[in-house]
Amino acid sequence: MKKLSVIPIVIAALIVIVVSLSAYTVSEVEQVIVTQFGRPVGDPVTQAGLHFKTPFVQTVNRFDKRWLEWDGSPEQLPTRNKKFIWLDTFARWRIADPLLFFKSVRDERSAQSRLDDILDGAARDAVANYDLIELVRGTNREMVFAEELADVKRQEIKKVEHGRKIILAKILEQARKMSPQYGIELVDVRIKRLNYVESDRKGVYARMISERKRIANKYRSQGQGESARIRGRKERDLKQILSDAYRQAEEIRGKADAEATKIYADAYNRSPDFYSFTRTLDTYKETFDRNTWLILSTDGDLLKYLQKAGENAQ
Amino acid sequence: MSYSYQQSGSQRLQIPKGISRRAVATAAAVVAAVVFLATGFYTIAADEVGIVLRFGRHVRTVDPGLHLKVPFWIENVIPVPTQRKLKEEFGFRTLQAGVRTQYTSRGYEEETLMLTGDLNIGSVEWIVQYQIKDPVNFLFRVRNVRDTLRAASEAVMREVIGDRSVNEVLTTGRTEVGVAATVALQNVMDQYETGVDILLVQPQTITPPDPVKPSFNEVNQSEQERARLINEAESEYQEVIPRARGEAEQLIETARGYAMERVNEAKGDSKRFIAIYQEYAKAKDVTRRRLYLEAMREVLPKVGRKIVIDEKAKNVLPLLELSGKAVQK
Repeated sequence: MKKLSVIPIVIAALIVIVVSLSAYTVSEVEQVIVTQFGRPVGDPVTQAGLHFKTPFVQTVNRFDKRWLEWDGSPEQLPTRNKKFIWLDTFARWRIADPLLFFKSVRDERSAQSRLDDILDGAARDAVANYDLIELVRGTNREMVFAEELADVKRQEIKKVEHGRKIILAKILEQARKMSPQYGIELVDVRIKRLNYVESDRKGVYARMISERKRIANKYRSQGQGESARIRGRKERDLKQILSDAYRQAEEIRGKADAEATKIYADAYNRSPDFYSFTRTLDTYKETFDRNTWLILSTDGDLLKYLQKAGENAQ
Repeated sequence: MSYSYQQSGSQRLQIPKGISRRAVATAAAVVAAVVFLATGFYTIAADEVGIVLRFGRHVRTVDPGLHLKVPFWIENVIPVPTQRKLKEEFGFRTLQAGVRTQYTSRGYEEETLMLTGDLNIGSVEWIVQYQIKDPVNFLFRVRNVRDTLRAASEAVMREVIGDRSVNEVLTTGRTEVGVAATVALQNVMDQYETGVDILLVQPQTITPPDPVKPSFNEVNQSEQERARLINEAESEYQEVIPRARGEAEQLIETARGYAMERVNEAKGDSKRFIAIYQEYAKAKDVTRRRLYLEAMREVLPKVGRKIVIDEKAKNVLPLLELSGKAVQK
């Protein structure tokens, strides 16, 4: 009994070994090409799950099924208006035809280098055919500028004929002509980074600085102008207020003087003689003081009695 | 391939002599039970969902809680944090999050510098908040979703900034930039089938590039200066004019006072004159004398020196003028 019991165990073990060598799993992110002595056998396996192959003679080649990254290395490229720019692009692609992919490029690393050739070339061609502004702008959206620069800027900034989206679409279109021969499907090409080369950047900075200076100077001069205007207004208002008041005051005074004159004349006209008599007496009272010498003659009215008493009395 | 897993290898049972079959069977059963429990039960945290794979194939999606799956690595589970808000930073990195979070933006200039629509250069730092909306797409459709998101976000931000002037992005356009970028990035993420929901693209700081910053500050300063100059002039105006108005009023009021005084005095004087005159007219001669003598009586005591000369001695006058000093006493 003991000897007999070993045999089924051995058989079971053999079955397990054979099954484990022939079974393989495919995950959701994979697609598989089964090769026999290096030659593909049957259709690619794209369904995830448990699958079987002939053990020993067949090999499983796994490929990614997902959208894969392609990240271009930044390049210095000349635009149509001979400006050098740094361009950094990226794309997303996938292995659409694993069989063709397997036959033509074999693995991802060589696929990446094919994509480098295709996309870098397409990008180079596209950039060389357009002005910088076409690559920067996507639409002809009306931009808002600093009020001080608006007029100049509107003339300076040309309308774009194509714009970034269309240029990228052209790059993609051109690249898509080449990629299917490798079993590759390209979904999208985009510009990750775009900038002036280092030497041009300084010039751009200088331009930006001069633009700002212009605005700053305008603000300053506006401030000074406005301040001068207000000062002028102040002087005018001051003069106006004071002279107006002076005019009114003098008018009032003049009117009063005239009225007083009339009143006096009306009264004194009743007896100019009596007026001059009383007024003269008043004047004596007001003007004579202790510094006054009064030389009185005895033939005056006051002292006439010093000479003769009652001679004239009647 | 990250989600493939090993097929469990062949298991051979070798039974050492001297150990009873029963003991072996028991031990095998215990080991099997432990492995069953260890590989059969799993938990999914509250902010996750579990993607269950059988032989690598997606068979079901499970909610948070304790679950049972087919053991022995036949089924595997990948937890995906669908409720968690994830964040990517551009142009800076959080060094240490906390009460006082520390950031660094050194070395990320290339990430932030971008061309504006008027061919100037702006520096933009921003964040993207996102959430995994579709865990199946997130896991199985795109390799390296995070890198894809980062690259797409940079591209999109440059597209948005590229359609705006430097003035716009620095001032009013900030929120608008965020909104436009959110929409555009969501479109790209959908196109790539990343299964990601873009919650928010938010510019943190939008500044001019460092070498240009001082000139932008100068603009701000000159704006302040303009306001200051205007305010100063205005305050000078306010300092002078209301006072002048008051003074003008004073001038006019004074004149009015004078006028009133002048007229009243004239009226008074004339009334008095008329009153006296009316009486005078009744007895002219005597009144005239009385008035004269009364005046003299009033005047003479005030006079410093009085000299009486005879009517025949008029030539004495010149002599008197020589002794002018006597007047002082």
